[in-house]
Amino acid sequence: MAMEEKVIVCKELTKRFGDFYAVDKISFDVSKGEIFGFLGANGAGKTTAMRILCGLSYPSSGDALVAGFSVRNQQESIKKNIGYMSQRFSLYENLSILENIEFFGGVYGVSRKEIKDRSYKLVGELGLQKEAKKMVGSLPLGWKQKLAFSVSIFHHPKIVFLDEPTGGVDPVTRRQFWDMIYDASASGITIFVTTHYMDEAEYCNRISVMVDGKMEALDTPGNLKTKYGSDSMEDVFYKLARAAKRTGD
Amino acid sequence: MKQLLVFVKKEFKQVFRDPRTLLIMFGLPIAQIVLFGFALTSEVKNIDILISDHSKDVVTTEIVSKIKATNYFIVHEKTMGDQEIEKTFKGGKIQCILIFPDGFNNELIHQGKSEVQIIADGTDPNTAKTMINYLTTILNEYQLQKFPSSALRYQIRTEPRMLFNEEDNGSMNYIPGVMALILMLVCTALTSVSIVKEKELGTMEILLVSPFRPVMVLVAKAVPYFILSLVNFTIILLLSVFLLHIDVRGSLLLLYAESALFILTCLSLGLLISNSTNAQQTALLISMMGMMLPTIIFTGFIFPLENMPWILRTVSNIVPSKWYFIIVKAVMLKGLGFRFVWKETLILIFMTVVLLSVALKKFKIRLQ
Repeated sequence: MAMEEKVIVCKELTKRFGDFYAVDKISFDVSKGEIFGFLGANGAGKTTAMRILCGLSYPSSGDALVAGFSVRNQQESIKKNIGYMSQRFSLYENLSILENIEFFGGVYGVSRKEIKDRSYKLVGELGLQKEAKKMVGSLPLGWKQKLAFSVSIFHHPKIVFLDEPTGGVDPVTRRQFWDMIYDASASGITIFVTTHYMDEAEYCNRISVMVDGKMEALDTPGNLKTKYGSDSMEDVFYKLARAAKRTGD
Repeated sequence: MKQLLVFVKKEFKQVFRDPRTLLIMFGLPIAQIVLFGFALTSEVKNIDILISDHSKDVVTTEIVSKIKATNYFIVHEKTMGDQEIEKTFKGGKIQCILIFPDGFNNELIHQGKSEVQIIADGTDPNTAKTMINYLTTILNEYQLQKFPSSALRYQIRTEPRMLFNEEDNGSMNYIPGVMALILMLVCTALTSVSIVKEKELGTMEILLVSPFRPVMVLVAKAVPYFILSLVNFTIILLLSVFLLHIDVRGSLLLLYAESALFILTCLSLGLLISNSTNAQQTALLISMMGMMLPTIIFTGFIFPLENMPWILRTVSNIVPSKWYFIIVKAVMLKGLGFRFVWKETLILIFMTVVLLSVALKKFKIRLQ
C-alpha cells in the first residue's frame, strides 16, 4: 500500500508543557482505509498526540496534515473531515437512538433528508429497529458502543479516531465491534485507534508504540513480533514499555 | 445557524425529559411565591389575646367588641388575678393580656381618666411592639370617637398613608425579591449544571471535536435557558398579579426588558461556574448553596441593607440581584420609567459583560 493516498502525514510533531515533552518529535504516515493502532502505556503521550490530530490542541512545533489540512491553522477544516469516539460512552442517554443520530448528524451538517434515509438504514443494519425510539440509556453497554461508533462515522468522515473504544465491553461484542471497524475500513474510512487490549492490536494493519513521548516502534504486527523475537503483541509491548522512565498517570 | 437550531432543539427535548430540571424550573418558583406571598408576611395576624375585664361595664364591653371586630386578634375572655398572669404566658398560647381594672367606667367619668394595662410576651419583641401598637390605636380611636369634646384644644392628628401600597399588602415587598431570588438561582444552577453534565458524560469532548464551534456550544446552551427563564418569569408575574393581587404599575415592556437583562447576567454567571468545575455536584453546590444565602441576605428584601455595617453594604453591591430588586420595585410597584433605573441597568449590563468575557476566556483556555 506504499503508493496509496496518505490521509495523515505527521512530521516531527511535538507538544511541550514547560520543559516536559508530552509528545517528542513523532513522525508517521497513515494511508487511506488503513487500520492504524496507536499504542502506548498510560502517560506515554497518546492522548496528547491524538488531541492535536483531532484539532483540539496546538502543537508546540512540527506539523501534521490530517485529511490534507494542517493542525496548526486549519483545525476547523480538519473537524469537518473526522469522526471521534472515546472510551467513555458519549451519546445522550435521555434521547432516543434516532434522536441521537439526528442530533449528531445535524451538528456535522448532514441534511435532514440524508439523516432520515441513512438513520433508518443504520438502525436496520444494527438490528435495532424495535429500539429505535427507545432512550439510549436503556440499552446494554455493548450496543451503546456499537451505536456510538456508527454515529461517529455517520457523516462519512475520511478518518475516525477511536480512543479505547472497547473499554469494558465483553469479548463477543468486541469481536462484533471489530467487524464493524473492518467494514468501515473497507469502505475507505481510515481508522486511527488506541487500545490496551493486545489481541485487538493484532487486528490492526500497522501498529505504533509510544514510549515517553517518542514513537519507539511502527510496523505491521507480524514484523514487530519478528523484530522483537516475540510470539505475541503482548510481549512486544511489554519489552518496549518496560524501557519507559515516566510513570503512568 | 442550522446547527445551532439542531442543538437548541435537542436541549429543549432534554429539559422536558428531565423531571429534576422541570421541578427546579417550574416547581421552585411556584412554591416560593406561595410561601413568601402567604406564609412569610411581616404582618402580625391572629394574635391570641386574653382580656381580663374586672369592670364589665358599658365602655369595656364596647372596647372588647371593637377588638374582636379586627382580624388581628383572637379574643379569649377570663377574669383573673395578677398572680395568674405569668402562669398564663408560660402556657404558651396567649401572647398578650389586656386588663381592665375594677370600676373602669366609673373612674373615667368621675376622675376624667382611667387606666388599662397591656402586657405582651416580650420574648418576640417585634411582635410584642406590633400588638401594643394595634391595641393603643384601637383605644385611641375609641376615645376620640366617644369623647370628641374631651380632647385637648390643640391636637396633632396624624394621617398616615402607605404610598404605593395603600392596602398594606404584606407580600408586596417580597414579590420583587422573590423574582430576583428565583431567577438568580434557577438560571445560574440550570445553566451551569447542563454544561457540566456534558463534560461529565463525555459528550462535550465529542462536541468539541465536531465542526460545531466551541463558543456556539455556550450559545446553544444559553438560548433554551434564556427562553425558559422568561417563561418562568411570566409564571411568577401571573401568580403575583392574580394570586397575590399585586398590580404592575409601570411599563410591562420595560419590566420584561430589565428581566431579560438580569437573566442574561445570571446565565453568564452560570456559564462561568460551569467552566470552573467538572462535576455536576460541585456546580449545583456552588450555584444553589453558594448563591442562596448571599442572594437572600444581600438582595435587601428580607434584611434592610441600610441597617448593615458598611462592609456588608459594600459586599452587597456585587450581588446582581440587589440591583434587579431595586429596578423591579421601581418599575413594577412604583410605576417609574427607565429614567429612574438607568443607573442600575448600566450596572447589570457591566456585570454581564464582565462575567461573560471571563467565562469565554476560561472556556478558550480549557481548549488549549
